[in-house]
Amino acid sequence: MTSDTDQQRRGPRPETDAAPLPPRPDATAPDGIRPRGGDAAPRGEASGGAARGARHGKGLRGLRRPLGIGIVTLWLSVIVLLPLAALTVAAFDEGLAGFWEAVTAPAALASLWVTVLVSAVVALVNAVLGTLVAWVLVRDEFRGKRFVNAVIDLPFALPTIVASIVLLSLYGPNSPIGVELNATRWGLVVALLFVTLPFVVRSVQPVLIEADREVEEAAASLGATTWTTFRRIVLPTLGPAILSGTGLAFARAIGEYGSVVLIGGNIPRETQVASQYIQQQIEIDRPLNAAAVSVALLAIAFVTLLLLRVVSSRSQRREERDA
Amino acid sequence: MITVTSARKQYGAFAALDDVSLDIPSGSLTALLGPSGSGKSTLLRSIAGLEELDSGTVTIEGRDVTDEPPQRRGIGFVFQHYAAFKHMTVRDNVAFGLTIRKRPKAETAKKVDELLEIVGLDGFQHRYPAQLSGGQRQRMALARALAVDPQVLLLDEPFGALDAKVRTDLRQWLRRLHDEVHVTTVLVTHDQEEALDVADRIAVLNKGRIEQVGDPVTLYERPANDFVMGFLGSVAHLGGQLVRPHDIALERDRATALALDAKVPDSPGVIDAVVERVVPLGFEVRVDLRADSGERFAAQITRRDAAELQLREGETIHARAVGRSSVVDHDPALAI
Repeated sequence: MTSDTDQQRRGPRPETDAAPLPPRPDATAPDGIRPRGGDAAPRGEASGGAARGARHGKGLRGLRRPLGIGIVTLWLSVIVLLPLAALTVAAFDEGLAGFWEAVTAPAALASLWVTVLVSAVVALVNAVLGTLVAWVLVRDEFRGKRFVNAVIDLPFALPTIVASIVLLSLYGPNSPIGVELNATRWGLVVALLFVTLPFVVRSVQPVLIEADREVEEAAASLGATTWTTFRRIVLPTLGPAILSGTGLAFARAIGEYGSVVLIGGNIPRETQVASQYIQQQIEIDRPLNAAAVSVALLAIAFVTLLLLRVVSSRSQRREERDA
Repeated sequence: MITVTSARKQYGAFAALDDVSLDIPSGSLTALLGPSGSGKSTLLRSIAGLEELDSGTVTIEGRDVTDEPPQRRGIGFVFQHYAAFKHMTVRDNVAFGLTIRKRPKAETAKKVDELLEIVGLDGFQHRYPAQLSGGQRQRMALARALAVDPQVLLLDEPFGALDAKVRTDLRQWLRRLHDEVHVTTVLVTHDQEEALDVADRIAVLNKGRIEQVGDPVTLYERPANDFVMGFLGSVAHLGGQLVRPHDIALERDRATALALDAKVPDSPGVIDAVVERVVPLGFEVRVDLRADSGERFAAQITRRDAAELQLREGETIHARAVGRSSVVDHDPALAI
């Protein structure tokens, strides 16, 4: 990231000179959830707007609008909604009772519990350390900063199964550093931390770059210590971005398969995560169980993202409310 | 009293402050005036402790604060772009300095209400900064800075981001506020009109050095050098001398011009010039002229004089200097 602005502290600065945002690294980011930058970009137009139906405009643009919305609706339906609907239908193949039975089976519940627990831990660690990494990358000058910045995205570029092998060779049996984490929940945590590293970093980074340093100086001039300034001034600004990154990391973690498949050990009730349980149920020809747990995962992910949107749009409204 | 002694600050090869020494009397409203890159903001930020000096000292009311962080300097700082705490209401913004000092709630509330009344934001307590205009935000920032009872109030181009009308209103308002509050105030500006308008002392900076310090009248009428003269108001080059445009008189008759000019000692003489343009500026009229030598200059005359002269573009007129404001270096005899 360019941090030239850090050094040039002389003279007046443009008010909110929008720093170039780094491209979003995650292809998996659901629409509508994005770190809150300086501007209030129209949000969720593709998903929400399309579902609500077209507003008929006039003239050439008006003619094109229904077509555009039609394409978007069709595309989203084919790519996202149809498969999800099919999954849901499969899950309720034997009615609500069948679904409930499949989801509440002890092994299924245990796998869901392990998944949520481990993912929550991973999300929290990410919230703290991801913010710290973003902070250091934006605010500090050091050798190899560009390199470190590039490394952040590596877990995205790396196939997750490769990540699993990498971690297994480091933390597996005969670990070269004497730390054996395979087939433990800590192993899961480490694997998931690896693949979710970029989420918080990349959502906090642009907000931090754009953040007005003068606000911190103002707090200092009013007598606030560095910690007080961080807690009362910086953190509220970063809050929505941290939250959004954390939520995305959590959503990614609950569905992760490749990176945990080797190091996790797949021990039921211990380290078997939901995705592995689903795989197992498919292998033993219990598609209903697999679909039911999948729907449960889907619900968890959906609720997480929904909560995020509510919280972030609320804080955004508060700041950008017009007079 | 703020005393800056031999302050130096280097950014790479660029000297932002080059051996600057300055005394700012208690209770004064001093403007640091200069073009961008002159070091005026760096000087202000060094007084605040937001910038660390390479060498030199800063004392505030007799206390050496050179090595103190901004938190312990007893200052209030106002930024050009308000630096409002966007997630806090106006009340919380103003109360911030008191809240973190854990002052009793009632005391804080009373103080905040008082200040909001002073800055004219009474009734805006529960608004967020985004709901205020630029001028209101800056007044909120002022109240916030004043809340901690600073020994000195430092303003960094406080009106720079506001439009012209609000800017003039607000600086008048600041002047009145200063007369009420009497806190030692230092204001950075690149706008000479603003400096002349609000400050009772002006320090002119250029290239990291102080060119001249004095009250507005002295600076305007007895500038220490060409730079100060040029920076505080417009100047015209007339026969190799710097003259204020309103110190140029235009005559139709050359003989009259010569006779009148003879009474002015060390004048640049009578210059014949072609009228290029006549620009009405409201109360005054600016006449753009081109001398025989090819040199262009402008004279500023009253509407009445302009009406009497009946100037037409393209005709030749005779210009002479009547003014007494001239650079001290060049012409000590003219200094009052």
